[in-house]
Amino acid sequence: MDAVTGMSGFAPLLLSLQLALVTTVVLILIGTPLAWWLSQTPSRLKPAAQAIVAMPIVLPPTVLGFYLLILLGPNGAIGSWWVELTGNTLTFSFTGLVIASCVYSLPFAVQPLQSAFESLPRQTMEFAWTQGASKLDAFFAVAVPMSTRGFVGASVLAFAHTLGEFGVVLMVGGNIPGETRVVSIAIYDHVETLNYTAAHQMSLLLLGFAFIVLFAMFVINRRWSTR
Amino acid sequence: MSHASTVSATTVTLKHSLQRSNFELSVDTQIPAKGITGLFGDSGSGKTTLLRCIAGLEADLSWDTRPIHKRGVGYVFQEPQLFPHLDVRGNIEFGLRRSSAPRVDQTKVVEMLGLGDLLDRKPDRLSGGEAQRVAIAAVLLRSPQLVLMDEPLASLDQRRKEELLPYLDRLHDELSVPMIYVSHSIDEVSRLCDHLLLIDNGTIVASGELHEMLSRLDLPMLSGPNAGSVVEAKPWRYDRDYDLTQFNFSGGELSVPGLYDTSTPNLRLRIAARDVSICLEQPENTTIMNVLEAQIDDVQFAEPSSALVRLAIGTDYLLALITRRSVARLDLKRGDRVFAQVKSVTVRR
Repeated sequence: MDAVTGMSGFAPLLLSLQLALVTTVVLILIGTPLAWWLSQTPSRLKPAAQAIVAMPIVLPPTVLGFYLLILLGPNGAIGSWWVELTGNTLTFSFTGLVIASCVYSLPFAVQPLQSAFESLPRQTMEFAWTQGASKLDAFFAVAVPMSTRGFVGASVLAFAHTLGEFGVVLMVGGNIPGETRVVSIAIYDHVETLNYTAAHQMSLLLLGFAFIVLFAMFVINRRWSTR
Repeated sequence: MSHASTVSATTVTLKHSLQRSNFELSVDTQIPAKGITGLFGDSGSGKTTLLRCIAGLEADLSWDTRPIHKRGVGYVFQEPQLFPHLDVRGNIEFGLRRSSAPRVDQTKVVEMLGLGDLLDRKPDRLSGGEAQRVAIAAVLLRSPQLVLMDEPLASLDQRRKEELLPYLDRLHDELSVPMIYVSHSIDEVSRLCDHLLLIDNGTIVASGELHEMLSRLDLPMLSGPNAGSVVEAKPWRYDRDYDLTQFNFSGGELSVPGLYDTSTPNLRLRIAARDVSICLEQPENTTIMNVLEAQIDDVQFAEPSSALVRLAIGTDYLLALITRRSVARLDLKRGDRVFAQVKSVTVRR
């Protein structure tokens, strides 16, 4: 077992932060247009799309992880294509973890954004258009700055949720140090091997981190709502 | 001619139609390409829908495929729609920065709408009237070809209305951009507008120059209890002893309480039909100050008990709302020479 205080002891933590950060960035990039579409569309497909986006909230991570394992595996639809493209497998790799985390945390990014976009007054957007802004221009110049709270909420929730994932990571990523061994897995390992001191230290760090992030978000929210 | 709004040197053509399950809009009309055109009608008559069609905000049966942001049509909403994350300066420069043809002088517009002290404020620190002035400035600075105002005073209380109206007067006097001003207040329309469109049930039922429209007796929308006419008159003498200003118009003189600057050109006076009564002989010993010689031009029975009489005075018209019984008793008919007693005159601008 690694020494708890050595660099390698913190490697799972750093890997978790790295995974959460990359996942959050990817999710904001994917989630923003998706949330915008959901907030604006009169399409009859909307309820179905919303249900699909929300599914990771309900499904056990093992179910999600199982399907992702099949999909991303070397014989799966996405996995085989990836092998052809890069020569590496997606499962049990960091890239595979990012993809799995994006699926797993999708609703946590999309829902705050969607509700922020839905609460934008329609006429304010119409005013922007009549003032010479194209739809895209108005989106970036008006809708995005007016939805800052949605973006903060989406980022914090996606980040924190990814940090806390376990089941999906275990199914798709396994336990490869420096590649897929994130903090939750490491803690599980420490407990399995009865290294409670190490488990304690990491758990406490995570506990404190989760509290600080959520506390900061609620403080910011309160400041904005009372302004 | 396609379905669209086109602006030429002299006229704006409005051609729009739209089909809804419970409403149909079908408009094909022209308005002058300068001054303010009032769009007047009851709620539900299609005023706002027509404006939205012109701006491109409503998917009408239009061959005008230009996107909204390229139509050059400015829209002032009933509730001012400012961008909350930008200060006043940012709000008014939003459209300016996106306009390829800036012809309007920014300092002039800011001064005209009294925004000098507000430029650094965020919209949530503005009163309703101030916010609406900012919205109007933002729209004008984009130098649109046509400005649409959808009841810009409706969301304000009476005091704020009175506060904003003088600014609108100035826009009218100093800018050349044509505007369509939606209102259901005949008072606002007769103060601000030069031209009038009457809309009912999705179609334009009458259109014409303001004075002419207001003196028509065949338009139920205008000849109801709020009927009244408008005359242009020049203030020329102030009587300090009695605090009265004497105005000259084509039909003679009118005395109005208060001091009006005699160096100003014509002002617009509104005379409500219910404030005008008719005598066959020159009344002497009357408390009514304004008595004018007139000729009966037309008589229209409006409601069971009342009649609307159009009086030709000089080149102007006054309307008198009197009872049918009086018409019968005095045997009033077209061509009669009579005296009009005007009980009250409001200076609209």
